Amino acid sequence: MSMKSKTRQVDGVTIIDLSGRITLGDGSVILRDAVHEALERGETNILLNLGNVDYIDSSGIGELVSAFTNVRAAGGSLKLLQLTKKVHDLLQITKLYTVFDVHDDEATAIGSFTV
Amino acid sequence: MTDGTTSRISLTLDSVIATVDLIEQTAIDFANRAGFDADTASNIGMVAREAAANAVVHGNQFDPARTVSATFEASVDTILIRIADQGPGFDVANIPDPLAPENLLRSSGRGVFLMRAFMDEVTFRQLTPGTEITLLKHRPQ
Repeated sequence: MSMKSKTRQVDGVTIIDLSGRITLGDGSVILRDAVHEALERGETNILLNLGNVDYIDSSGIGELVSAFTNVRAAGGSLKLLQLTKKVHDLLQITKLYTVFDVHDDEATAIGSFTV
Repeated sequence: MTDGTTSRISLTLDSVIATVDLIEQTAIDFANRAGFDADTASNIGMVAREAAANAVVHGNQFDPARTVSATFEASVDTILIRIADQGPGFDVANIPDPLAPENLLRSSGRGVFLMRAFMDEVTFRQLTPGTEITLLKHRPQ
């Protein structure tokens, strides 16, 4: 399953709903473009909804890290919402789970941003 | 076969992204047929994907004149995957530890770590030219 992204706004937070696989090739590019386009619009509070991302490889993990550092460099913050077990486990073993601010509930996640 | 190998698949593939996807799916199918559970088969597919990505991206650097070789073997208690490229080769000892605090926010360098995390043995062999990665996983008794 290839990756798809949809972007929506809730209370000043840009939510990017991702589905499919974040892997080397199209998946990583779609994520990169979605975050880049949000930053281009001046949107720096970004919540990546990974609830329908069932697979990620090291390229996809690298893309998440790049998105995190790029948003931070722009003065904003990027957080993660609803990790699947696969993504959760990979972020745990790569010690990135503690780097990202991860939420299970969308309303709580939105409320955690300083808007 | 007389060496204990129960099945074997060998592929020679182009240096394109589709090769990475094909090697991953072949590894999953092979692991499933070899009797590994679904989670383990998925992880075997993932590490095969990482090895294939190394071969296509870093080894052969998408060069259409270079190919990727992939061999999958199952015996009564193991699955063994070999992925080889025709690139300039690399020294695995030079890969920074991706878990070191100063490397956590690097955007690359986790592939070999993931291979070692999910397989029982991971070895590297220099070819002339190229690099061969061998991935071995034992079936639970």
